Amino acid sequence: MSIFEYNGSAVVAMVGKNCFAIASDRRLGVQLQTIATDFQRVFKIHDKLYIGLSGLATDAQTLYQRLVFRHKLYQLREERDMKPQTFASLVSALLYEKRFGPYFCQPVIAGLGEDNEPFICTMDCIGAKELAKDFVVSGTASESLYGACESMYKPNMEPEELFETISQALLSSVDRDCLSGWGGYVLLVTPTEVQERVLKGRMD
Amino acid sequence: MGDSQYSFSLTTFSPSGKLVQIEHALTAVGSGQTSLGIKAANGVVIATEKKLPSILVDETSVQKIQTLTPNIGVVYSGMGPDFRVLVRKSRKQAQQYYRLYKETIPVTQLVRETAAVMQEFTQSGGVRPFGVSLLIAGYDDNGPQLYQVDPSGSYFSWKASAMGKNVSNAKTFLEKRYTEDMELDDAIHTAILTLKEGYEGQISSNNIEIGVIRSDREFKVLSPAEIKDFLEEVE
Repeated sequence: MSIFEYNGSAVVAMVGKNCFAIASDRRLGVQLQTIATDFQRVFKIHDKLYIGLSGLATDAQTLYQRLVFRHKLYQLREERDMKPQTFASLVSALLYEKRFGPYFCQPVIAGLGEDNEPFICTMDCIGAKELAKDFVVSGTASESLYGACESMYKPNMEPEELFETISQALLSSVDRDCLSGWGGYVLLVTPTEVQERVLKGRMD
Repeated sequence: MGDSQYSFSLTTFSPSGKLVQIEHALTAVGSGQTSLGIKAANGVVIATEKKLPSILVDETSVQKIQTLTPNIGVVYSGMGPDFRVLVRKSRKQAQQYYRLYKETIPVTQLVRETAAVMQEFTQSGGVRPFGVSLLIAGYDDNGPQLYQVDPSGSYFSWKASAMGKNVSNAKTFLEKRYTEDMELDDAIHTAILTLKEGYEGQISSNNIEIGVIRSDREFKVLSPAEIKDFLEEVE
């Protein structure tokens, strides 16, 4: 069994009109056994920048701690928050440092950049960046997520519609994946506010 | 400076609380050729004398003002070879920053890192401080900026500053002439006049060097022809 499928995960981010949404499932498993149903995979870097980490849970947590460390030092030195594009380059560089002994994570980065322009990207476990204008997915449910997002996504959705779309895409995809699920967690970020919501789906 | 007993080891404080080697380094800077910088409302200008030891030296091969990144330039007073080492290190640091963040390094960060290098050489074994003071001029998202970095590693942001042989006269001249809302072309004229004040001999487009950065964020060293135009405007 692949190391990426050890804990099970599903992360997705979508771009809307002057907003973005990032969502993940809540299951933490050890292969077939479910250990936790409230596991956090989406983390805040600063008010307008979030990162979702799928894959091996321990690497996700450690990588997140390292990134927060780097960002806090950057904030102190440069007296400003990191732009999403800059942060994505940093994550890519950090992952490639471990090219021959990598972190088994696939990050999904979502943020509001200059002029509150939404930015999303994903990368593989060794830092190959992939920018997208519509949506990015990662995790054990990624194949289902690709299909669901492709059919449900429309450009320039308002926050409420974006929330509905990303929730439906997430829940229907994790239902087809035995390793992810047990509800969902959705974060919707606009220039003025952040909405967090927990979804109740099939609890299996 | 009667602490000569304590001037043998760089890393030893003298009883008066000074690091004598740094004082000596500043003396080396103070006997170097005059250089100056002025921050205008829409750009920065840095300039220096370019007195060559003999008329036989090919003056086109000597460039005292260097580019660190496309939007940051630097000039020095003091020892030329030490300057070259610092330029090399700073350029590398700027590129490392870009490699990590894919963003051009802000001027303050580059100044801070260069100053850190200079400070390292005041607290390590077997090395001596750099015999240069730098004037770093740049234009980034925080607008035009001018910084001076000393051999000790301390750095200051200036509206206008001078270093080298003629520092006190030059600074007095700049204090009188500087205005907050100066335009860049006025600043270039003022820089030329300041250099002229302390220049022994006739100033010409071949024995001074001027570097300029405008709001287009491209640091440029002016060619002798361009300097000649400015000189004529000043006459």
